[in-house]
Amino acid sequence: MIEQLRNAASEAEKRLAEATDLDQLSAVDSEFLGKKSVLTGLKKQLGGLDPDQRRNAGQALNEARRRIETAVIEARTRLESGALHARYEAERLDLTEQLEQIERGHYHLVTQARDRLEDVFVGMGFRIAEGPEVETAWYNFEALNIPEWHPARGSFDTIFVDLGEPEEVMLRSHTSPVQIRTMENQEPPIYIVAPGRTFRTDTADATHLPAFNQIEGLVVDRGITLGDLAGTIDSFVHAFFGGEVKSRLRPSYFPFTEPSAEFDISTADGTWLELGGCGMVHPNVLRNCGIDPEQWQGFAFGFGIDRLAVMRHQLDDIRELVNNDVRFLRQF
Amino acid sequence: MKVLLSWLREFAPDIDGDPVELGETLSALGLAVEEMTITGGGLDGIVLAKVLDLSPHPDADKIQIVQVDAGDGEATQVCCGAFNMSVGDLIPFATIGTVMPDGMEIGRRKMRGQLSNGMCCAAAEIGLGCDDQGIMILTGRASEEQVGAPITEALGIEADVLWDLEVNANRPDAMSVAGVARDLAAGLGVPFTFPGFDVPAGPIGKSVDDLTRIEILDPVLCGRFVGRVLENITIGTSPAWMANRLTSLGMRPINSVVDISNYVMLELGQPNHTYDLGLVPGGHLRVRRAREGEKIVTLDGVERTLVASDGVIANGDDVAIGIAGVMGGASTEISDTTTDVLLEMAWWDPPSISRSVKRLNLPSEASGRFRRGADWGVNIDRACDRFVQLAVANGVISADGVIAGRIDVEGELPDRTPIRVRTSKVNGLLGTSLSTIEMAGHLSSIGFGAEVTGDDLDVAIPTWRWDAVTETDVAEEVGRLHGYANIERTVPRGVQTGALTSYQRDRRLVRELLVGAGCDETQPMPFLAPGDLARAGMPEDGVTLTNPLVADESVLRTSLLPGQLKAIAYNQSHRNPDVSFFEIDHVFLAAEPGGILPDEREYLAVALAGREAGDAVAILGLLGRSLALPNVQLRPAVPPGLHPTRSAEVVVAGRVRGVVGEVAFEVAEAFGVSGRVGWLELDLGALLDGPHGNHRYRPVSKYPSSDVDLAFEVPEDVAAARVEGSIHKGGGSLLTEVRLFDVYRGAGLPDGVRSLTYRLRFQADDHTLTDSEVAAARRACIDMVARQQGAVLRG
Repeated sequence: MIEQLRNAASEAEKRLAEATDLDQLSAVDSEFLGKKSVLTGLKKQLGGLDPDQRRNAGQALNEARRRIETAVIEARTRLESGALHARYEAERLDLTEQLEQIERGHYHLVTQARDRLEDVFVGMGFRIAEGPEVETAWYNFEALNIPEWHPARGSFDTIFVDLGEPEEVMLRSHTSPVQIRTMENQEPPIYIVAPGRTFRTDTADATHLPAFNQIEGLVVDRGITLGDLAGTIDSFVHAFFGGEVKSRLRPSYFPFTEPSAEFDISTADGTWLELGGCGMVHPNVLRNCGIDPEQWQGFAFGFGIDRLAVMRHQLDDIRELVNNDVRFLRQF
Repeated sequence: MKVLLSWLREFAPDIDGDPVELGETLSALGLAVEEMTITGGGLDGIVLAKVLDLSPHPDADKIQIVQVDAGDGEATQVCCGAFNMSVGDLIPFATIGTVMPDGMEIGRRKMRGQLSNGMCCAAAEIGLGCDDQGIMILTGRASEEQVGAPITEALGIEADVLWDLEVNANRPDAMSVAGVARDLAAGLGVPFTFPGFDVPAGPIGKSVDDLTRIEILDPVLCGRFVGRVLENITIGTSPAWMANRLTSLGMRPINSVVDISNYVMLELGQPNHTYDLGLVPGGHLRVRRAREGEKIVTLDGVERTLVASDGVIANGDDVAIGIAGVMGGASTEISDTTTDVLLEMAWWDPPSISRSVKRLNLPSEASGRFRRGADWGVNIDRACDRFVQLAVANGVISADGVIAGRIDVEGELPDRTPIRVRTSKVNGLLGTSLSTIEMAGHLSSIGFGAEVTGDDLDVAIPTWRWDAVTETDVAEEVGRLHGYANIERTVPRGVQTGALTSYQRDRRLVRELLVGAGCDETQPMPFLAPGDLARAGMPEDGVTLTNPLVADESVLRTSLLPGQLKAIAYNQSHRNPDVSFFEIDHVFLAAEPGGILPDEREYLAVALAGREAGDAVAILGLLGRSLALPNVQLRPAVPPGLHPTRSAEVVVAGRVRGVVGEVAFEVAEAFGVSGRVGWLELDLGALLDGPHGNHRYRPVSKYPSSDVDLAFEVPEDVAAARVEGSIHKGGGSLLTEVRLFDVYRGAGLPDGVRSLTYRLRFQADDHTLTDSEVAAARRACIDMVARQQGAVLRG
């Protein structure tokens, strides 16, 4: 009987090892372990044996059952993983066969530069002010201490508009009118930057556009000094261009600031690059907006936005910014 | 303004040092160096030579054989391609071994078999002029005794530094060599003085008062008019040193009289004018405003019509013979027949000159100085002396031609009583802690009078600083001389909170949404060409520009449509047909009644080339959901420029905020755009000014939902949005979602009817819906659609 059991187990192990699918496995399983199996039949015969024989036969029976069950599990594992494998193999994919791309749109380079500038200035405690692009002579010139006869007026190369008296209405030639509008509408302290489009009678070429973008800063508070202006520009330059970039101020002239300065930033090759103009808000400008220059002092600064985009991406023709060619727009 | 180092040294001999560092000092003083050139260098080996003989080259037509004496008394043979010299001429000659300014080394060589031992030079080849055609002939400019001497020595050329400075409008003083020298000397801490200009006394018994009479009828126009007379002039050429300096500073030498006039202007900043005294009856000048329409022929031969704000110098017969401070008249111009000259040195009112220059479009070196404000003080007398001294020195007149005395008439001069300058205010403006004495030192170094009064200063503004009037002007001078680099950098102490406004945040959100939806942001130029609006099917009511650069950019847009269509056409012509663009920018509508400025608004446009109206509506839906726009509706309309049966007005909370649909075929064609263009244009400013953004919390139900699909047969003239509205009404509060997911037209449906299939989701917040509740809600939806829209459930 013991011999029978061992033979059955060996037979089952052999057939399980040869099974090629789960159906065959189930057949072997029920044949050797089921109700009508050899093992079940032999188990029924155990009762008729004397105690010693019964103990030995019982052990052999358990041993045979354990061997068969182990073989079933092994066979099942083998067959199941084979099936999964076959399923995976059936749907093998070449991932480089890509038909559809997920496309995003693209922010215009000027928007990117403007947003970066706004973010830096917001971080420095400034708010963002905006104003109209068509302005009166009062906002564009007179309130900014540029009277009608002033030679500086000519240097603005203003584009005028057919509204009002001749030369009364114009496309703003700088963002400085926003200074006036802000000071007219808001009590100090004032901490604003004003980005926006400005206009000059410049013929479009690789480095000029008749419509371009500037950003202008204005601070009016008690006890503001030229040192504060220099320090604020320094902070901005570090935040925007990187900590290794230095700034310097050189005396200059603007009718709406006094003292006035140009500000330069250091470049990698050790030279200075002129970035923009700045200065202490002229007392006449404060007075024109109803602010007492004995109580309040301020500074203002301004520079081009487009030029920063040109520098950042090494554009060799600024007209790309207005051509709206998707081959350009989608690069950034 | 250009200046030469050698010229600056005539006023401040101690100016010295590395040219680059001196340039940095000038820049730090506010006189930015635009260009620096070292002149008179690189001429080693070039000598003065004399032409001894000229003979044809035996084997070449285009070169000749020249024998020169290069200083050793022997004949040296060279081959030369120029034929403009004669035997006896003095020329510059490059000897063997000379390295020319362009880097070429002169060697001994043979040209077609003939030996050439050097090179005869053209002016351009040695940086002494522009002429590159013939050899530079120096006969008359150098003497025969100097043959063999270095050319620099023979011509009196010194190595020099030329700076081109950017002079700002508030620096009238720096429009002269002397003024720049004053500033640079102060910056370097070295002395500055004017040399004395010696003038012969002139013959006894003749006085300027007998020869001329000057009246100022408009004292505002003319603050001061000084006249001198020079008799028996000879007009010739100027000496080389003067011609060289004028050329260096950018003025062409003309003749000995004009050159002195320009030299004095450049050196001392005082423009001046010479009249042929014989052509001024009685030597009588009257300074007055022009009469409206008065005419004058100016020096350039052009007849000009004047207005009452112009200033003129008239003769004794009251006929205008010059435009004050702008340009002289042709009738009294100096000529070969002139014997006696009346010299004008005047101070003109800057605003008056500015207006005339601008109106007549006649800018000049002279008027540029008057506009900034020339020096009205002793510099005028100094300039007179300098003129006379140079006239004698350069042989324009003899000592006897100097007529003693000068006429000096005053009008209204600028009021420059000393101003009180508070030490505390200056330090408070600059962020410095300078003492009153330190400030006084800075100011006196550039000629400002500074007298200590208690803690403060009484400052006398010098006559060469018309721009300086107030305490702030003086503070700027203190800052400039102290050095901006020496001011400690601080930041404002006030605590401020930076932030974007809600509009600015929402505008960024709109950009994010559109970029996320695959649209590229564009920024076309804001100008349109005349006719662009008409081509876009819109009224031609755009504001026009007075002085556009080009006619194609002369109208301000009232819609973003023309610019977007141009951008699409551009890309289509470059084989990129299906672009999706957006733009957020200003448009300019007609001014509100009583307003002078246009009604300027910020619009959003989305242009989807190659796509249909539905895609534009989908973008609108995206924006509406993201911005939580309340009650967005499409109202049937035919907006200008859009497809008449595929467009609508966008109504938000009852207000029209824009248009959506497709561009009209004929409009697209007119701009060269092919295919459909989905179009959305919103008044973004007004839209975001209105109610939006209220994303209020709605509890998420814990109970299961039931989905029901309903297909309706809907007549074509009933909008889907209306069917959806009826479904909502019928479904009541249990209906949480409705989505149109299929549209069918064709077989099995009557003409003029399409099938719309909706998926409805029912759900309650407080219990699981029973089958009968869902059935009742479903029935209510069907009934409401049938009653309100006449659409039946598809069988």
